[in-house]
Amino acid sequence: MRLIVILYLSFLLVIPVSLIFWRTFSHGVAPVWHALQDPAMTSAFRVTGIVTGISVVIDTVFGVTISLLLVRYRFFGRRFLDAILDLPLAISPVVVGLALILVYGKYGWFGGFLERHGFQVIFALPGMVLATVFTSLPLVAREVMPVLEEIGVEQEQAARTLGAGPTQTFRRVTLPAIRWALAYGVVLSMARCLGEYGAVSVVSGRLVNKTQTLPLIVDQSFQNYDVTTAYTASFVLAAIAIASLVVISLLRPKERA
Amino acid sequence: MGIDVHHITKRFGDFVALDDVSLSIPTGQLTALLGPSGGGKSTLLRIIAGLEEPDSGTVTIEGVDATALPPQRRNVGFVFQHYAAFKHLSVYRNVAFGLEIRKRPKDEIRTRVMELLELVHLEQFADRYPAQLSGGQRQRMALARALAVEPSVMLLDEPFGALDAQVRRELRDWLRRLHDEVHVTTVFVTHDQEEALEVSDEIVVINQGAVEQTGTPSALYDQPANEFVMRFLGPVTHLGGHLVRPHDIDISLTPEPATHAATVSRIQRVGFEVRVEARTADTTDADEVSIQLTRGLADRLDLAVGQQLWLRASHDASALDLTDTPALAVS
Repeated sequence: MRLIVILYLSFLLVIPVSLIFWRTFSHGVAPVWHALQDPAMTSAFRVTGIVTGISVVIDTVFGVTISLLLVRYRFFGRRFLDAILDLPLAISPVVVGLALILVYGKYGWFGGFLERHGFQVIFALPGMVLATVFTSLPLVAREVMPVLEEIGVEQEQAARTLGAGPTQTFRRVTLPAIRWALAYGVVLSMARCLGEYGAVSVVSGRLVNKTQTLPLIVDQSFQNYDVTTAYTASFVLAAIAIASLVVISLLRPKERA
Repeated sequence: MGIDVHHITKRFGDFVALDDVSLSIPTGQLTALLGPSGGGKSTLLRIIAGLEEPDSGTVTIEGVDATALPPQRRNVGFVFQHYAAFKHLSVYRNVAFGLEIRKRPKDEIRTRVMELLELVHLEQFADRYPAQLSGGQRQRMALARALAVEPSVMLLDEPFGALDAQVRRELRDWLRRLHDEVHVTTVFVTHDQEEALEVSDEIVVINQGAVEQTGTPSALYDQPANEFVMRFLGPVTHLGGHLVRPHDIDISLTPEPATHAATVSRIQRVGFEVRVEARTADTTDADEVSIQLTRGLADRLDLAVGQQLWLRASHDASALDLTDTPALAVS
């Protein structure tokens, strides 16, 4: 049983990812360093950073808010809302991208109005943020909700009777109680945002030096037989993801003590 | 003054938790809200604290109408059955919480918290976390935390309900002594009649969303207003159409006026007391009569199964005439 799991994980996860690392540095560090200096690459870094940064902030705020709403309040349509929260994970990202174009594109039913007022969504950063947020929306909420459920309302009520208002109660009692779930949700959401390909590829227009992200560079340079760039970008993406998961798993057990 | 509750009604869907309840709780006393689970006593306490909103009625705390005030502005201390300790804060920070919210100076907080930790005998645990404390210690911490903000009333919701019998008893005595020292108006909810009788100055019996009776422990025990209160406050048995306490039955070995003949069917010794079950000729007593007597008396009477006895309620006993129910009184 254990052997099957190990083999399965090896062929599916460990070997492919290690091969990326291996291939990236097969000609030493110099070509990688060179590829990192490329203007298309630095631009992709910047774009990915901005899109991920904004998206993670939105995901976090939305995730915590909707978790509180779904766990702490009873209202008509709550179960429906809970069910459709997972929609972004179920729906194909390419479809999300297309849908956004239908709404915010130049000839979409809302995009034309925005563009006339000097605000371009599609083929620009706002559209990419929208697409990224959409695909990663439930990740924070799904981590936080079970913990909120588990800690119950009594600590919050105790804080209220001790003189804390709703904001103070959230900051001093609720937030510390959910912090590890929240951190884990943020890391998952960040990893998802960094790697988002499908939806972003549709709405970004892949304008080199403008709207190209790291995953888009991987795909494009691979298609163009520029394997060094493809491997380098892949390596960076994989390294960031692994690093953040390692940091979280190092921090987490301390809390249990 | 104290706490005044006026015509409070609260429904949860179709269930009526409190039905037009009015109540006055005097300042400085230890009052027990006693009743069976689901009777509405916890709901009433939570309404006083502002953790639950009544459908109608008003709550006045120390002369201030608190009905519309959120919990943080009512200046009440609340203690939960399951402690509600802030798990991420040390014992010290837990107790300091209310004072930190009120932005008191650091020195003042330090003095006050240490004073309270001493009061609840937790001074050497200041740096521990709630997870490292026993249930009884956690509940004492919760009490200190609630007392720290100098509340005008303390509300305790089944405070000892989650503790085992031994600790329960200790904390009960301790709460009584603490109240004698601190004198803050205190209301605690319990379904344990022994706890209520032992600790409180006054008991409010609540059942099915209504107040059955209010009074001192001895008044309630000696003059129960109705069958429910009598049954809830202690063991009862039937004798000659009356509800009597088993320890209020006199036994004689010879026929005497106004006694009921009975045959002993079982004798059980429990420590220093002896419980006797006897069957009377009177068919109105469907079950056997239970009699509780001291070991010394039982030895002197030299009781045996099958023996003939004559029973009578003691002349100073609190007996409730079951034929004298309000419905019959009207007819």
